[in-house]
Amino acid sequence: MSAPAAVRPAAWADPDRPIGPRILASRVWTMCLVELQKISHDRSELITRAIQPCLWLLVFGVTFNRLGVIPTGDVPYLDFLAPGILAQSALVVSIFYGIQVIWEREAGVLAKLMVTPTPRAALVTGKAFAAGVRALVQAIVILILATVLGVDLTWNPLRLLGVLVVVVLGAAMFCCVSITIAGLVLSRDRMMGIGQAIMMPLFFASNALYPVAVMPTWLQVINHVNPLSYEVEALRGLLLGVHARLLLDFGVLVGATAIAIAAASSLLARLSR
Amino acid sequence: MEISVEVRGLRYSFGETVAVDGADLTVHSGEIFGLLGPNGAGKTTMIRAITALLPVPYGVISVFGHDVARSRMAVRRMIGYVPQQLSAEGALTGTENVALFARLFDVPRSVRRAQVTDALSMMGLADAKDRLAKTYSGGMIRRLELAQALVSAPRLLILDEPTIGLDPVARAGVWERIDAIRARTGMTVLVTTHYLEEASGSCDRVALMHRGRIRAVGTPSSLVADLNQPDATLDDVFRAYTGDSVAAESEGEMRNVRASRRTARRLG
Repeated sequence: MSAPAAVRPAAWADPDRPIGPRILASRVWTMCLVELQKISHDRSELITRAIQPCLWLLVFGVTFNRLGVIPTGDVPYLDFLAPGILAQSALVVSIFYGIQVIWEREAGVLAKLMVTPTPRAALVTGKAFAAGVRALVQAIVILILATVLGVDLTWNPLRLLGVLVVVVLGAAMFCCVSITIAGLVLSRDRMMGIGQAIMMPLFFASNALYPVAVMPTWLQVINHVNPLSYEVEALRGLLLGVHARLLLDFGVLVGATAIAIAAASSLLARLSR
Repeated sequence: MEISVEVRGLRYSFGETVAVDGADLTVHSGEIFGLLGPNGAGKTTMIRAITALLPVPYGVISVFGHDVARSRMAVRRMIGYVPQQLSAEGALTGTENVALFARLFDVPRSVRRAQVTDALSMMGLADAKDRLAKTYSGGMIRRLELAQALVSAPRLLILDEPTIGLDPVARAGVWERIDAIRARTGMTVLVTTHYLEEASGSCDRVALMHRGRIRAVGTPSSLVADLNQPDATLDDVFRAYTGDSVAAESEGEMRNVRASRRTARRLG
């Protein structure tokens, strides 16, 4: 066995090529593209995942709309609820992303991705926005159902664009929270338990189901530090045109997402060992 | 002769367990180099250190002259890596699996499609390129992973137990492809395996690793010849250097065992 002449490196494989913003954007796009490809091959998950939010709107929303026991001012309860369910569905999509990352760790996929010239933060951001893409597809289903049920949603393209950004940011943030937890617990079973344990408190301690004004004081305090509440408020403001502190809401979402990306990135190496 | 990989004094521990205990290794450019040893010998830890998946607390590793600890991204641009587990994404087609890695290695759009097609063809997967990877056999998935690693035209291909869990026909098929890759591209191949005889057919040189240390390095034929025993095999060489046989060795680190079993399960 004689070794042939050593391979000539490809032009794109220049080891000194810097990792600039363009490459980082390309990595994020690549991860989003993979998510879209997976969705296109198996749409059954979209349908099964849509069942729960649809039930919230169809059963809980319609019933409490008739009862009229939750004071939502001039806004019908179903209209009030729809943005909350939108945010909740993005939360459900993303909060269990850590399980997928643990599976990728066990299957060697994560190690393989980490041996590419991709900084950890870019890998995490890519996965976070991929969760956002999946949540977006889910959001479209919920918006269509809400419209069919007679919810008076905005059709202003700029506001709808804002809705898409909020859904993606919310999903990206909770996805990174999930990856962070995955990096700490390193086990699918534990991750499943923790995901369940934090999802419901996040949902019920937010303004998704009822206005902040009707909450007891202690719950209002939790609501103020719950990022899901800012997501719901932004969605409500954009979709229904009701009062919302959009600048604050976007600020909190962007800030929380950045912190979550940093936390998840710092633990990614632990997952790959 | 150009050096692809140089490891000096590598030492790595998982808690109290010493996985690699002062190992030195030199891999020359263009050769197929086999890192051989039983499960738990420290091969995977060594590979993970070379690919910068693990920090290097003691020792120095360089890949084509780039210090792994200081220039992780530069090193990774030159590496194609296939992990021990079957790691192709079952929910994507063959083409999508390979194109993903072309994108992650910044293969320009103008040549990306050709690179992907070429890598798949080279691995004999042209006819199956549009099928979801979850419909592939175990041997096909391994070849798909080789295509993923090759699509960026790396200078160094690192394969961690590439034939683990495969049936003999599929194992032979993987080694044939490794030979073909080297013959066509001339790239350096660093491969770990605990199937000693398999490696002796394809590797230019091998290193025998046992309990975290490199016990012997040389061509398979020279190592066997040095034994001066008729009908000796690499397993005999291993036994001579370690006083132990590969088969009798403990099963290794729990995580590696789990990974092997998971791979075997995925293969059915």
